[in-house]
Amino acid sequence: MGGTQGSVLFFGLLVIISRSLANEVPTLETSHSTTNATSSSSGHETAVISTLPIVSWKWHHVSEPYLVALWILVCWLCKLVIEANHHVTNIIPESALLICAGFILGGIIWGADLQQTFKLTPTVFFFYLLPPIILDSGYHMPNKLFFTNLGAILVYAVIGTCWNAASLGLSLWGCHKGGAMGELDIGLLQYLLFGSLIAAVDPVAVLAVFEQVHVNEVLFILVFGESLLNDGVTVVLFNVFDAFVTLGGAQIDAVEIIKGIISFFVVAFGGSLLGFVFGLLMCFLTRCTKNIQIIEPGFIFVVGYLSYLTAEMLSLSAILSCVFCGVCCQKYINANMNENSVKTVKYAMKVFANGSETMIFVFLGISAIDKTIWVWNTGFILLTLLFIFIYRFIGVFIQTWILNRFRLVPLEFIDQLIMGFGGLRGAVAYGLAVMMDENKIKEKNLMVSTTLIVVFFTVIVQGIIMKPLVKWLKVKKATESELTLIEKVQNRVFDHMLVAIEDISGQIGHNYMRDKWKNFEEKWMMWLLMKPSARKKQDHVFNVFHQLNLKDAVEYVSEGESRGSLEFIRNDSAIIDFKKKLGEDIFDTMPDVTADTSFDHGIVLPDRRDPVPSVSLEMHEQTMNGLREMEDLNSHHLLQEHLYKGRKQHRHKFSRNHLTINTDEDEVQEIFQRTMRRRLESFKSAKMGMGPPKIISKHTKKEQQKAPNGMKRNSGDEDFEFSEADSASGYDPSYSYRSGGGIENPAFMADLDPVVPVQIPPWLAEAELYSGAVSPSQRAQARPPLSAGDLRRLAPLRISTRSTDSFMMADIPAAEQRRDSFDLPPPPPPPPSKDGRHQ
Amino acid sequence: MGSRASTLLREEEIEEIKKETGFSHSQITRLYSRFTSLDKGENGALREDQVNFRGFMRTLAHFRPVEDNEKNKNVSNTEPLNSRTNKLHFAFQLYDLDRDDKISRDELLQVLRMMVGVNISDEQLGSIADRTIQEADANGDGCISFTEFMKVLEKVDVEQKMSIRFLH
Repeated sequence: MGGTQGSVLFFGLLVIISRSLANEVPTLETSHSTTNATSSSSGHETAVISTLPIVSWKWHHVSEPYLVALWILVCWLCKLVIEANHHVTNIIPESALLICAGFILGGIIWGADLQQTFKLTPTVFFFYLLPPIILDSGYHMPNKLFFTNLGAILVYAVIGTCWNAASLGLSLWGCHKGGAMGELDIGLLQYLLFGSLIAAVDPVAVLAVFEQVHVNEVLFILVFGESLLNDGVTVVLFNVFDAFVTLGGAQIDAVEIIKGIISFFVVAFGGSLLGFVFGLLMCFLTRCTKNIQIIEPGFIFVVGYLSYLTAEMLSLSAILSCVFCGVCCQKYINANMNENSVKTVKYAMKVFANGSETMIFVFLGISAIDKTIWVWNTGFILLTLLFIFIYRFIGVFIQTWILNRFRLVPLEFIDQLIMGFGGLRGAVAYGLAVMMDENKIKEKNLMVSTTLIVVFFTVIVQGIIMKPLVKWLKVKKATESELTLIEKVQNRVFDHMLVAIEDISGQIGHNYMRDKWKNFEEKWMMWLLMKPSARKKQDHVFNVFHQLNLKDAVEYVSEGESRGSLEFIRNDSAIIDFKKKLGEDIFDTMPDVTADTSFDHGIVLPDRRDPVPSVSLEMHEQTMNGLREMEDLNSHHLLQEHLYKGRKQHRHKFSRNHLTINTDEDEVQEIFQRTMRRRLESFKSAKMGMGPPKIISKHTKKEQQKAPNGMKRNSGDEDFEFSEADSASGYDPSYSYRSGGGIENPAFMADLDPVVPVQIPPWLAEAELYSGAVSPSQRAQARPPLSAGDLRRLAPLRISTRSTDSFMMADIPAAEQRRDSFDLPPPPPPPPSKDGRHQ
Repeated sequence: MGSRASTLLREEEIEEIKKETGFSHSQITRLYSRFTSLDKGENGALREDQVNFRGFMRTLAHFRPVEDNEKNKNVSNTEPLNSRTNKLHFAFQLYDLDRDDKISRDELLQVLRMMVGVNISDEQLGSIADRTIQEADANGDGCISFTEFMKVLEKVDVEQKMSIRFLH
């Protein structure tokens, strides 16, 4: 592919440029620029100038940031090239390809420079490249899954890592003593140190490889959680053995060992605690940042990074701190922050994490191309590989066997295999290896080489094998689809059920604890950490419903749009306005949406008064501008809320009454009927009628036919008829009605197209007609609770329509007004006889 | 055995319960002592609902974790009480209050009302209920039958979500 080759050439060129530029720093020569990137004329770096230089070459001025930026660009271009062809990435994981790209780049640099000017240094790695990845993992950690399996994860992380380190160190030492490695100047302690740094499963590698395999969540969380939490152990072990190596073998006595064990607890728990503290700090911050929503997202990154650095400063486990910071604050931050901020944080984190991961792998590849570090000792390297592999499997099997006796759902053998196979080592091991002091550890280069080979083996070879292995072993995959509403509801029911059963059977179990935690959380933590407005919205089931509604609404809008903007324009400026407002409402106000979501959209309709139809393709523009427009929406909202409340209270009484089945539905229908009748009457007076009374009676007749239970189907069909005949009239009168109410809407007066229902944008028609979808097919499928049809898609709209009407009532002569404020009088005392309905 | 004979657990009963529910001997005795501590009135039943110990055990048996060797042991025709189908049936019955083998919109509404906070209006709840029914209702009768219920939840890991560890 020309494109690929071109880009390869291009960044190869860039690399050469950077190298040559870097070389110029010490020499201060004018560049022999091999590229067109430099546009400056020659300028001597001497301080003495004889004439005014028009432009000058200021490489040394920008060298450092320039190189950094250039390298970032190069790494990301590698990723671009690699991802160009999915056939390759399906077989070979991206991380492996990135390492190979690193090899190539390293080769180029080596060839040009004869030394490796760019390597993955521990400082850069641990301070700049690793934190974004860890922060991202913590922030996006599936909390429930994580804490449910926390016991198993801890066992694997702590005991597993210790086992790996000890077994590897001792085995290698044994082999050394046995002469398998030839002459090496490594003592037992150094073997143990080496073991400790190579034992840890690496989160970056695990993420990179497992990401494309999609194993089931439990398996994933076990491996991934282990890779994160074992940092606590790794840090301790590494520091302990490092100190021991420095102290020398002689000074190690029981005290030191005990101190080592204590330091483990301090480091691990201290790190976690620190993470929690920073997480709480973050929550507090987001609680107060209402007025600076624009930089809200920034706080997350800064505080997260600080948690990492603070732990590093206190020699606690930085990874643990960062992880728990993210884990702790997820929920509250997402509740407190503006919807846009939440999205920003999410995407920015992904950018940083992914970018860092790319750079890590590329640089790992580059760092390998360095003759100075390579020391080859067949025995050492091969034995290390072998032992790592074997001991990982042994460790996993033994631990799982123990764990299965305590787990509710035991881990299957296949899962254990994958877990053992998924013990990937990565850049953390390399970073630690490079950090070793070569004065103390003579064979540092050997260890670094071995580490590199291990890392490459696990990432490349095991990465390639992982996918086919998973398929071959038929490992349970992750559930792809989003949960349906019913599944979510049912999950909740299960939760409650389990708590109850645990209570009944008199034992304190998992669920009991979780329930207690939830109660505590609701009572104290939410009060402390969440904005009051956010607290109200915490209902899970409602949130799911809300999301689904929004999804539907957006779908409708885009459906309508794609069907032809002409229709949109011609039919209803109101629709367009609605879209405008809807856009605002949805995209701006989502976090501010209280439980009375539906009423936000009631605000839409006042805008319909706008006589000038405007096609709003600029939904985004609206969202940009609409940040602070809530104030004037609020007043409408207040009114809406106020109007509705009466109804709600009333409704509440009635929904409890089991005897009158479908009361809700009846009420809703009834109100709608009244509204429609009113409109029809006004329409009749304003225009040539379409026989509204006929229609009304048809409807009422049907209503009477409706049996309380189960003849719902019929009513559905009849409503269909009603609406069909009435569609246009039902639709238009509302506007003419408004015009009757003193609002001239020239756009509509001319636009009465009585016959074709198609004209009416389906969702609007639904809202208006209130009894279901317009198109026959949809109607035929209409469920007995007709309101379901529109409620399903347009609950906000429907209500907005309704409330708008009541809102519009304000313009109507008071006589009608009383009658029309359907919100207040309870339907059961059937409103005036014009109804004729049974109730 | 005295006036409290009916309330003491006899060996044969334990055996029966064991066969029916699959609990172990120690679990049954332990649960029996729990039952008696709940049954303060010493009626042999809890409250006026007349849940006797057998019923108590039967309900609890639904929540036993599903074991692999269960499939081998159980030679009888009936499924063990803690099979997936029976678990789901139990869950289904929580909704289906009038026992007509269908979850109607109102029954669902009731359950939902119990599960959500006060901030959600009945109308919204109604929409949620409608939407939920719509997702599950295959034959379009506006109610969820047990088969539909099972189908919708086929991806859910019921065995895990509806089991607790019973102490031995």
